[in-house]
Amino acid sequence: MPENNETNIISLQDLKVYYRSGGGLFRAAKIVKAVDGVSLDIRKGETLGLVGESGCGKSTLGKAILRLTEPTGGKVLYDGKDLAHIPKGAMREQRKHLQMIFQDPYASLNPRMTVGQIIGEPIRSFGLTNGSSVESRVQDLMETVGLSRRFIKRYPHEFSGGQRQRIGIARALAVEPEFIVADEPISALDVSIQAQIMNLMERLQAEKNLTYLFISHDLRAVRHLSDRVAVMYLGKIVELADGKEIYSDPLMPYTKALISAVPVPDPEIEAKRERIILKGDVPSAINPPSGCHFHTRCSYAIDGCKSITPQLVEIKPRHFAACIRINLEHPNIEENVKAEMGAIGV
Amino acid sequence: MSNSNGNILSIDGLKTYFRTEDGLVKAVDDVSFKLKKGETLGIVGESGSGKSVTNLSVMRLIPEPPGQIAGGKIIFDGIDVLGLPINEVRKIRGRRIAMIFQDPMTSLNPFMTISRQLTEVTQLHLGHTKQQAREHAIKMLKMVGISDAEERLDGYPHEFSGGMRQRVMIAMALSCDPELLIADEPTTALDVTIQAQILELIKDLKSRMGTSVILITHDLGVVAGMTDNIIVMYAGKVFEQAPTRELFATPANPYTKGLLKSVPDPAHEQGKELYQIPGLPPDVAHLPPGCPFAERCERAEDICRREFPPYVQINENHHSLCHFAADVYSESQAERDSK
Repeated sequence: MPENNETNIISLQDLKVYYRSGGGLFRAAKIVKAVDGVSLDIRKGETLGLVGESGCGKSTLGKAILRLTEPTGGKVLYDGKDLAHIPKGAMREQRKHLQMIFQDPYASLNPRMTVGQIIGEPIRSFGLTNGSSVESRVQDLMETVGLSRRFIKRYPHEFSGGQRQRIGIARALAVEPEFIVADEPISALDVSIQAQIMNLMERLQAEKNLTYLFISHDLRAVRHLSDRVAVMYLGKIVELADGKEIYSDPLMPYTKALISAVPVPDPEIEAKRERIILKGDVPSAINPPSGCHFHTRCSYAIDGCKSITPQLVEIKPRHFAACIRINLEHPNIEENVKAEMGAIGV
Repeated sequence: MSNSNGNILSIDGLKTYFRTEDGLVKAVDDVSFKLKKGETLGIVGESGSGKSVTNLSVMRLIPEPPGQIAGGKIIFDGIDVLGLPINEVRKIRGRRIAMIFQDPMTSLNPFMTISRQLTEVTQLHLGHTKQQAREHAIKMLKMVGISDAEERLDGYPHEFSGGMRQRVMIAMALSCDPELLIADEPTTALDVTIQAQILELIKDLKSRMGTSVILITHDLGVVAGMTDNIIVMYAGKVFEQAPTRELFATPANPYTKGLLKSVPDPAHEQGKELYQIPGLPPDVAHLPPGCPFAERCERAEDICRREFPPYVQINENHHSLCHFAADVYSESQAERDSK
């Protein structure tokens, strides 16, 4: 979308989030590299989709941008500041501009507060009433997200999952942010409600010029909402391209497998489809495979993949991938393999 | 007992009700369908549609009270399941009908080794000795793709990943070679890559063992590639029933049409507004007098709000609960032909 206006709203530079896991008196703790050196620009007004299997670090990355989890290293540049390194008090101020929507709208809403209190809290704490009463601001927000004003005194348990997600969105919008991290916002919802929430998010984006980081394992939803898509595997971005491009011409074997795994709601297509089935689970992030983390599940892996850590490079215009078997001249891994087989006379 | 016309399961007019503080909830209300031996039936519906309660009824796993099977018949391979004493039901459950659930962690006992959970069933149902049961367990784990079965057998559920746990559940469910496997959202908690593995596994086992399968899911993509027939449930009722290809190509119910249209299509351009069914799923405790979908239906007329719709037969295998089923069907045909 923002072809003519590609200013970055957020720039991640070599962002790292490491956790200690386990360990005790006589045992050294292990280090989990949940996010391991991610550099990524998020452009103003776009939806950047972030996909990957569970445990790949996509949620941690979203939280680290908002300092809901502390980055271990690297920078989060926003509006001339490095959010990863400003004092906590200053970060709190920034939350006026940067908000989050969560997967489970029930777990993220205080069950003892009314909807009015939940949505009103950020308005009160940031003093954003702009003259009008908090209540009327709350009611306006409820209307914006498609909730009846009459529900203002109700409690979260009185709402369905989709309505609760609307409350979560209204709360995020209350401070008039310009950037929202949406972490699996539709995965807990029914099919008919997922479409409603996706449409709501798109409408709000257009009306309020919002930028989204849309984190999801649902590739159909990501395809629908995102201008660009980043694919994450064990803490690293392995492919990044325009949404349309990444689905029509994925370069990485991992991305190909992910897309191929998504069932298509059409029996005619399903009957003919050849599926790439990945073997095994995502390896543990505590002790990830050497070199390219994906080599243990990749059918194209060669010896070099075990030792060389591939860098994310621009293989085609606006299309980045991290694989030592593809390059500018030879972007297609299957053809590269065929060519090699031919060269050694197989 | 083959007086069942090749049907492994036949459900007729099933009613499962729950007494709640909110009033009587008709979770399943007059549901009928048949499953032929060796076939796969998909049951699609949103939360509260009654898809899981239908299958818990088949297994006689409805807690009474507050629940009650208030009417109907469930015939499994010629046996009237609702007429059986509960100890007879137990002989069928796990042995001839097996079930796998969405979250394997909740259905595996966290305090018992995988070995004990796998061997208990076959010792009980097949009269295996300890040694036989252990060998059988290893064979089953290998069959579901756990290669280092001997070592992993003495592990606990938490030592397995989500996908591996679901494999263990499937191994357990299939260990007595059941005739019917009921899979309730078996892949919903899993990543797409693992989902693809598990669905492939179910397909493969089905073709090798000839098991009949009921696959319950909210994901239309999953049923598209896996099933022979589909029933669509809404508010405790069967809204539509058809062979899979026909249901996708020419749906005869506005709810089915809406569901199909509201799934993002990768071929469509990003940024285009997605079709959405307005409103919320109904409160099953307080259903309106007419069609339960009328409030959300874009083509509802007065009669829909007033009178409960008829279950219209479109052709031999295709039924739809709608006052305008025939019209919706011919519209779908026209749309298909214009593509």
